[in-house]
Parts: sequence; C-alpha cells; structure tokens
Amino acid sequence: MMSFIHKRIKQKIAFSIFGLISMIVVGILFVILGFIIFRGISVINWGFLTKMPEEGMTKGGIFPAIVGTLCLIAGSMIFAFPIGVLSAIYLNEYLKENWLKKFMRSMTNNLAGIPSIVFGLFGMALFVNKLKFGDSILAGSLTLGLLALPVIIRTTEEALKSVPDHLRIGSYALGATKLQTIRRVVLPIAAPNIITGLILSISRVSGETAPILFTVAAYFLPKLPHSMFDQAMALPYHLYVLTTSGTNMEASRPMAYGTAFVLIMIVLIANLLANVFRRYFGKKNKMN
Amino acid sequence: MNRKRLKIFEKVFGAVLFSSSTVTSLTVLFIIVFLFNEGIGLFNSTPVEKKYQFIVSNNNTVKELSSKQLKDIFNYDITNWKQLGGSNDSILLFTINDLSTYFTDDELGANFENLPSKINELIKKNPGILAYLSDKYVPQHLEGHVIPLTKISIKDFVTGTEWYPTSEPAPQFGVLPLILGTLWVSFGAILIALPLGLATAIFMAEVASQRLRNILKPVIELLAGIPSVVYGFFGLVVLVPLIQQLFNLPVGETALAGSIILGIMALPTIITVSEDALRTTPTSLKEASLALGATRWQTITRVTVPYARSGITAASILGIGRAVGETMAVLMVTGNAGVIPHTFLQPVRTIPATIAAELGESSYGGLHFKALFALGILLFLITLIINTSVELIKSRKRS
Repeated sequence: MMSFIHKRIKQKIAFSIFGLISMIVVGILFVILGFIIFRGISVINWGFLTKMPEEGMTKGGIFPAIVGTLCLIAGSMIFAFPIGVLSAIYLNEYLKENWLKKFMRSMTNNLAGIPSIVFGLFGMALFVNKLKFGDSILAGSLTLGLLALPVIIRTTEEALKSVPDHLRIGSYALGATKLQTIRRVVLPIAAPNIITGLILSISRVSGETAPILFTVAAYFLPKLPHSMFDQAMALPYHLYVLTTSGTNMEASRPMAYGTAFVLIMIVLIANLLANVFRRYFGKKNKMN
Repeated sequence: MNRKRLKIFEKVFGAVLFSSSTVTSLTVLFIIVFLFNEGIGLFNSTPVEKKYQFIVSNNNTVKELSSKQLKDIFNYDITNWKQLGGSNDSILLFTINDLSTYFTDDELGANFENLPSKINELIKKNPGILAYLSDKYVPQHLEGHVIPLTKISIKDFVTGTEWYPTSEPAPQFGVLPLILGTLWVSFGAILIALPLGLATAIFMAEVASQRLRNILKPVIELLAGIPSVVYGFFGLVVLVPLIQQLFNLPVGETALAGSIILGIMALPTIITVSEDALRTTPTSLKEASLALGATRWQTITRVTVPYARSGITAASILGIGRAVGETMAVLMVTGNAGVIPHTFLQPVRTIPATIAAELGESSYGGLHFKALFALGILLFLITLIINTSVELIKSRKRS
C-alpha cells in the first residue's frame, strides 16, 4: 500500500514537472512574440508601411522592403509551387514502390535538410554568376523556390495520401483515366491541404535571409524594383542590416522593431490561415 | 478521335510530371556539382596571389615554405632559417616598402631603372634574405631563386587552427576553429533543447488531454515558423545584454547566447519528431504494462520511451542538424571571433556565419571566395551525414 502511494506521488511529481516544462516552452514563444509585438506596435503606422527609408534608415518607412519581399514570395512560388505539386503527384500517384521512388524520396529529403546558407551559395554560383542574372529578384526567387520545393512536395504528398484509395478505384471503375481521376477526384479533395502547404511555404520564404544575402538583397535602395533583373530590399535582410550594420544603430532600433513586427505578423497570419483552412475544410471533407 | 487526344494528353502530362520530379531530385546533385566547381580550386593552389614571388638566396637550402611558416616569419616568430631546416642564417625580410631603408633615391635612379640590379645586389649580399616582390620588380637575371610555396591541402584546410583568409602576404585557411565553434554551439543547443523538448513531447503524447494538445501543437508550429533573423534580433536585444550583465563579461555575444537561441530554434524539430515516435508505441504494449500494475509513469519510462528510442535519437540528430546549418541567428549573437573556443562564455564563429559574413567582401574567384565555397562543401557534407544517419535509424526501426 505504502509503495503504491509512493508510486502515485512519484508519478504526480513527474507529470507536474513535464507539464511545467511544456508551459515553459509555450512561455518562450509568448515572451518572444510578446516582446516584439509590444515594442513594434507603437512604430507601426500607415507612413511606416508606405514610405521609403529616410535619414540613414533611422526615419521613414520600410515600403521597398515590403515590396521586395512580396516580389520574392510571388517569384519563388510561381516557380516552386507547380514543380512541387507536379513532383508530389508523380511520386504519390504514378510511381510504384521501387528504387526510383526511393531515390527520389531520399533526394527530396536531402534537399529539405540542406542549410539555407548552402542554397545561398548555390544560387550565387549558378543564377548570379553562371547564368549571369546578377543580383536580381529572379536569382533570389529561384534560390528561395528551391528552398521551398521540399516543403511543398512534402505537404502535397501528405495531402494526396489522405485521399482514400476507394475513391480512386471508384473513379477508375467508372471508366475514368488516370489523369481524369487525379483532376476530378484526387485534387479537389486534397486541395485545401495543398493550399495549407502553400501558405506555410510562403511564410517560410518570407522570413529567409541567408539565401537572399548574395542573390538579391540590397543594403539600401530607396526605389522600387522595375523588372525581375533588379536588386531589391527584403524584410528579413532589412532587419538584419538595421540591427547589425546601420549607420546609427540606436536611432534605427525603432525601425528594427517595426520590421520584426511586420515579419512576425506575416508568420502569424500565415499560420492562422493555414490552421483555419485545415480545420474548416477538414471538417467539411469528413462530413461528405 | 477524342479518345486518342485524351491518350496523348495523358502521355504528355505524365512526361511533365516525370520531368518535374526529376528536376527536383537532381537539384541536390546540382548543388554538389556547383559547390565543388567553385570551391575545389582552393586545394592544390598556391596560398599567395599569383603576381607575387618569394625570393631567397641561391645558397638557401630550404625547399619550400608553407603559408603558416610565412605568417610566422612575417610576425617575427621565426627569425632564423635554421628553424625551417636550413642553414644558420637569420632571416632578413625584404618587401618593396623597405626600399628606402636600403637605397637612396639617387641609387635607384629617377625611374627606378636601377632597381633590378640593386635587388640582385641585396640578394647576393645577404644569404638569409627573403624578398617578397611583385612580378614586375623581380630582376630578369635573378641572382637568387624563387622559393616554391606549399600548396593548400585538404588536410591543412581541415586541421589548420587559424582562419585569417585576408591576411597579407600569407592568408591562413585553417577551419578547425570554425568546425569546433559550430560543434560547441550546436551541442550546447542540444543540451538545452533535448531535455525541454523530450519532456514536452512526452507530456503531449502521453499526459496532456486532447484539448490541451490541440493548443500546444499550433504553438510549437508557430515556434518553428518564426524567421531565424527574428530569433537573432531577439537574441541580440534581449539575451545578449542579459548574459553580459549576468556573467559580468566584456561582451555578451557568446557561444552561450548562440546555444540558447539555437536550442529554442531546435525545440520544434525535437518535439515533433519525438512525439511522433512516442505515438508509434503500440497501445497493446502500454496496456500490458498497465495491466501488470505499473503506473502510467512507469509505463512511460520502461515501455514507451525505450520503444521510441530510435525515433528520439533521430529527433536529437535532426535537432543538431538544424543547429549546425543555422546562419542568421548565430551570426547575430555569437560575436564571430574565429578562435578555438574554450568556454561557453567566449565569442565563437560557426561555419555558416563565416560564409554569410565574408562572402560579400571576398572577390569573385579569389582564394578567399573559393575557401568559403569549400566551407559550404564541408557544411553540406556534415548535413548529408546527419540526414543519412537519420534515414538509417528510421529504416532500421522499420525492419
């Protein structure tokens, strides 16, 4: 009896400690988010979002950086989303379990594990120097696209896997071809989860700094890019510059808080959107 | 007819699918090829820029000089040829800047037309001379000989203890401090993240109610979504001053700051992967344990965790991998001093941070540029080993 109570107490203590640690982990997140939101929100106003940086980046806004990041998001997704989704369809719907599938899967896994700075090096070597795009939105988008590829492939594959097989078989039984089955049956059901993956990779791409350091990012460029061969400012690089190498770091600190706030907001909104998508459509699919 | 068109369309679509996944799979190979293409030139090349020569007296018996020896000579740490296996002559260093201490302007002539003969004279007179000259000043009928320099080898690259890629005249490309810096910071990160992450994973998989779990899961995902530059910013404005005050240090940018930030960044990976592993433990095993009278806690420590051991190992390796490759946050909080670290309260410099900080200022195609790509290859290989070992652990588990 004694030992039983003893055990129960031990378990209680252990569980409480684990619960406490989990709360600490959550606490860390809220401290970081809270700190940046609290410090950043007072900087945010319409001018900050729509003006050029002024007076050595200590005044004005971050408009060109926002535009640059939007360009990079669009550019990388135009490139990565179709290729990623098509690759995932091929991997999941066409390939049988054989060496080719194993090879392709392990290659995508490896791609996902490559550090972002290595993507930066590669982008500089291939897109900037070899293909002579120079420091440009095009080079940066392609580099970021490569980085997003494995994310899109993985989420799309998961989305495709969640489509039950009996629906495919039913479609074939009705005389539909493979392509018709994919287009009319598989993709519509998998679409919400694929979109979720797209949103999450947009959030990832918008915050990446290392791949754009040598492929697109401009230290200070108070005008908007005109073509995809122009350099551009970008939010994450702008934050890095403001905190580490600005001309007057103390004076540009509020600008840095504001930039961090905008970045955090992109991530928060993307995550929220992804969750809403997943929950809303997940329920709807289950009801059908 | 329609049927036929459909068939052709189907074939075309299949081909498009095939080519896009081929492109994806070949990207990794492409990356290897390009990194090697840019970086491999570092090895077997002379450590000094091509248009400069080192000239010694004809009597000098030393066969070649390494980059390290050159640096020691220029710092006056080596002052006699005897230390390099030559004859007992003290080293007389001569560069073009020393011209006026040896010769007057008259002696050299108005357009330096006497320079070659004067240099020859100097080389002849001093058996211990080491002249560092640009090609255009090297006399045509040289009274001494050009001493060859040891080529940069992979071994020197990996085991060299000094990283001074821009030092004149002899840059040092030893990456050991960077490798050790990376390992220190990463292992520090894992020391912080593993206990926290594992405890959270166990709590989420075994203890927490479904409702609590539904709250925790998105929070962890959010933690993974915060950009590394924001982590770095947070570290720089909050953590670094805190560490500086707490330990009374001259600077707060230390390995410890890097480890803490990286630890936080590695948390989501560790939590998600180990939670998944813990969930694969069959319910039958757990129920059997409970039926034998074990408490839930005993079941966790004796059944669930041992069963998920390989998954937890994979999680920690992946966490290390995340930490090893992380660039921006580390760049911002570790202080970037390229010395071999001895404590966690010292600034360190990691491989990714070095690449990020220096690539912009290196000249395209130069030795420094190549050395940074060689670092990229090293980093790539490290992460490749990490990923492969994770796959091995996972596949062994499956069989």
